[in-house]
Parts: sequence; structure tokens; C-alpha cells
Amino acid sequence: MAKVVAVTGNEAVANALKQVNPDVCAAYPITPQTDMMQRFSSFVSDGKVKTELILVESEHSSMSACVGASAAGGRVVTATSSQGLALMWEILFIASGTRLPIVMPVVNRALSAPLNIHGDHSDGMGARDTGWIQLWSENAQESYDNTIQAFRIAEHMEVRLPVMICLDGFIISHSIERLKYLEDEEVKNFVGEFKQLNPLLDLEHPVSYGPLILPDYYMEYRKAQEKVASGVRGIVLEVAAEFEKMSGRKYGLFESYRLEDAEIGLVILNSAAGTSKDVIDEFRNRGIKAGLLKPRLYRPFPFQEIGEALKHLKAVCVLDRADAFGGSYGPVYLDIATSLYPCKEKPILINKIYGLGGRDYLPEHAELVLNELAQIAKTGTVKSLKEYIGVRE
Amino acid sequence: MKLKGWKEVTPGSVVTEAGNSVEFKTGSWRSFKPVWIEENCIQCLFCWVYCPDMAIKVKDGKRAEFDYDFCKGCGVCALECPGKKGKKAIIMIEEGK
Repeated sequence: MAKVVAVTGNEAVANALKQVNPDVCAAYPITPQTDMMQRFSSFVSDGKVKTELILVESEHSSMSACVGASAAGGRVVTATSSQGLALMWEILFIASGTRLPIVMPVVNRALSAPLNIHGDHSDGMGARDTGWIQLWSENAQESYDNTIQAFRIAEHMEVRLPVMICLDGFIISHSIERLKYLEDEEVKNFVGEFKQLNPLLDLEHPVSYGPLILPDYYMEYRKAQEKVASGVRGIVLEVAAEFEKMSGRKYGLFESYRLEDAEIGLVILNSAAGTSKDVIDEFRNRGIKAGLLKPRLYRPFPFQEIGEALKHLKAVCVLDRADAFGGSYGPVYLDIATSLYPCKEKPILINKIYGLGGRDYLPEHAELVLNELAQIAKTGTVKSLKEYIGVRE
Repeated sequence: MKLKGWKEVTPGSVVTEAGNSVEFKTGSWRSFKPVWIEENCIQCLFCWVYCPDMAIKVKDGKRAEFDYDFCKGCGVCALECPGKKGKKAIIMIEEGK
């Protein structure tokens, strides 16, 4: 019987990690991730897990220790936020390029400067092209479920790539929500025994990691990695189907909310999608055909499926909780725009930047955007392609 | 050696065969080539001692030919060679001449 509890996002994810019982965890504290790893280190101290906890002096070192432990043949986890993820930067590429199935919850937080500890997506968005798989989560339940599924995806023999589970700092990490835990035994059976691939500690079959690959071979390794990335979508769906059988909770590459017959729609990640869905319902009650698409597997980006899901709409707004300064639009907008580009019929697409540095995203923001979309759908006239919302003049 | 295609390379560029550096012929890096002049050789084996790359072969305790598959042409052997009566037993000549 599933246990229903009231927990924070951090507590939920820490418990998912406890139930998986990984071999090694190398972590460094950073707000708002701190309380997740603090809880996990208590599990280690209390003998609830058999994990070897490595306390390091920085995130650069934590990711480096994870790379070493994973290459050695262990099931490895860490977690971070914001500047911590930024400090891991060069090692993130080494983890993915070396095809190491490390699992890392990322509690999304704004990047400095100005210094800010609250939730936005600039950290995760900065790491979107590091070769890691990214699963984004709306609430504590999704963060917990995504963490458990992440092990199966990362460790799949056709994948062997590291996975980030993204959840909103404070809004999810520190808010208490209703959540259903799986039984320890269920999680244990679901993730299964860790299967090694070319472990360094197998002394009978010595291997070398990290060779210098010159121009005569570098492109072959990169093409091989691109091929692996393109197959991740299928594995994510396979794992989700099995997870649904066990938990009754359904996951896909993205969530479509009242989208099938919609004329106007929002594309939005994580916690703000929950707020938006309530407003979508209000618009539906008023007879306005509004819908929403919430990406879950953001990397590798399922561009064909998302293009298909959105092409029939008249007007769509992509809401970004990060901006690309000096670029054109926010990062999610760019992915949605390129997904729709090959479609003959496609919606008018606008971009709003919201919620930076933890600025609240309120129902009236969604209302404002949906009203604007209804107007665009009616008149075909766009007043502004990209705009900050919830900002003082 | 035939270069492998992208479908044949190992996941994450892991090297799974130990001691495979013998298959990687580094002699092509050489721009100067050492030449052994046997009549000036006193069999002191200094060249064998000094060679940083085991590119000087010894057979039955005697100096044998260079292993040009791995000699990178550093010239240490030619420098250390005492020769016989002022005449070097190893000289360096430019590759391609």
C-alpha cells in the first residue's frame, strides 16, 4: 500500500535516493539543495543506506569524484544548484562524453550576479547542452518519481548517460505537498541491481578511461554520442510505462493539458505549469479553447513530437524562467520555435520571460498572457514577440 | 591500420584492450632519422641505455637495427654515441632526403 505523506520536495527526493541506496555520493552543500543532501547524509550516518559519502571541498570536486566512482563501477549520485552546477561545468561534459550514468537532482536557482538564492531556470538552462539527460518536474511527486526513473534511464545499456532531475528551488524544494511514496521493496525491484560497463575495478579486464582522441577519431565518438542521445526518447517512454504499471502514475516525454482541441496555448516548465493549469480551466469554463504543454524530457529534446503536438494551435506563448542575454529569445522558446519550423501550419509564437530570481508567477500573469493570445488568435496581430512580465518599469 | 567508423568505437572512448600502444606506430612523427654505421660501432650499448623509447634493438647481447616504427628521431642516441676514433656510429639525417 502506498504511503501518503506531507513532505517538501527536498525530503521527497532525499527519500528516493535512500530507497535506491546508491554505492557512492559525493556532494557539496548549496542553497536550496543543502537540505536534500543534509537529509541524505543523515541516512548514511544512521546506517539507513550503505552509500559511501564523500565530502568534498567544491562542486568541481564533487562531480570529479562522481566521475571517478562511476568509472570504477559504482551507482553514483550527487545534487546541486546554481553556482554549484556552474562550477561543475567542465566535468559535466566529461561525465556525459565518458557515458557515465550519474544521477543528479538539480534544485533550480538563479545565477549570480546579482546574488540570489531563489528559484529560476538559468542554472539548468545553462547546462542544457552538456550532453546530460534532463527531466523537469512540476511538483514534489514528479521530482520523486523522476528521480527513481532517472536511474533506469541512465543505466539502460543503450543509454549510459548521466541524468539531471530539475525541480524549482524553494517553490518545490522547501514547500510541503501531499506525496505518495513507493514501498522500499518496489523501488529496489524497479531500479534493479546496478549493471557495470567496463568498470575500472575489474582487474581481470584492465581498461583505460579518458584517452586523448585526436582529429582522426573525435568526430566518430561525437557521432556515436549523438546516435545514443537520439534513442533516449524511446527508453524514457519504456521506463515510464513500467513505472506506471507499478505506481499508477503516467509520464510521457511532455504533458499535454487540454491541448488536443486548443486554439491558444502555453508552453511552460516546472512549478509554474501547475499555476497555469488552474487558469486554463477558468478559460475553458468561459468557453475559450486554451491548453498547455509542459516539457518533461527537455534533453534530448523531443522536437518532432512537440512540433506535432503544437502545430494545430493558432497562437502559443512560451514562458521562459531564464533569458539568453544578448541572444534572441529565451531558451525554451528557441527549442519550441525550431520544433515548429518544419511544420506547414503553425501557430503564431510569442515569448514571455517571467519569475527570474524567484519572482512569483501568479494566476493573473497566466490570465494576462492567455488574454493576449486570444487577441492574437482573433486578429493575427502581434504587439510584442518577446517581453518580460511581472517586472516594474 | 584501418580507421574504425562511428558504429565500431567503444562507449565513452574507453580503451578496453591493455597494451595496445604497440599498434600505434609513432615513427611517423620523426623529422630526423638516426642511421647506424656498423663499422664505427664499438658495441658499448650506450644508445640502448639512453633511448627513451626502446627503439634500439639488441640481439644476443649485440646492437641490432633501429625500430623505425617507434623511433621519433630525438637524436639522444647520436649525441651519446662515443663512436670509434672520432667517427660516430650513429648520425642523424633529415627524413625524405
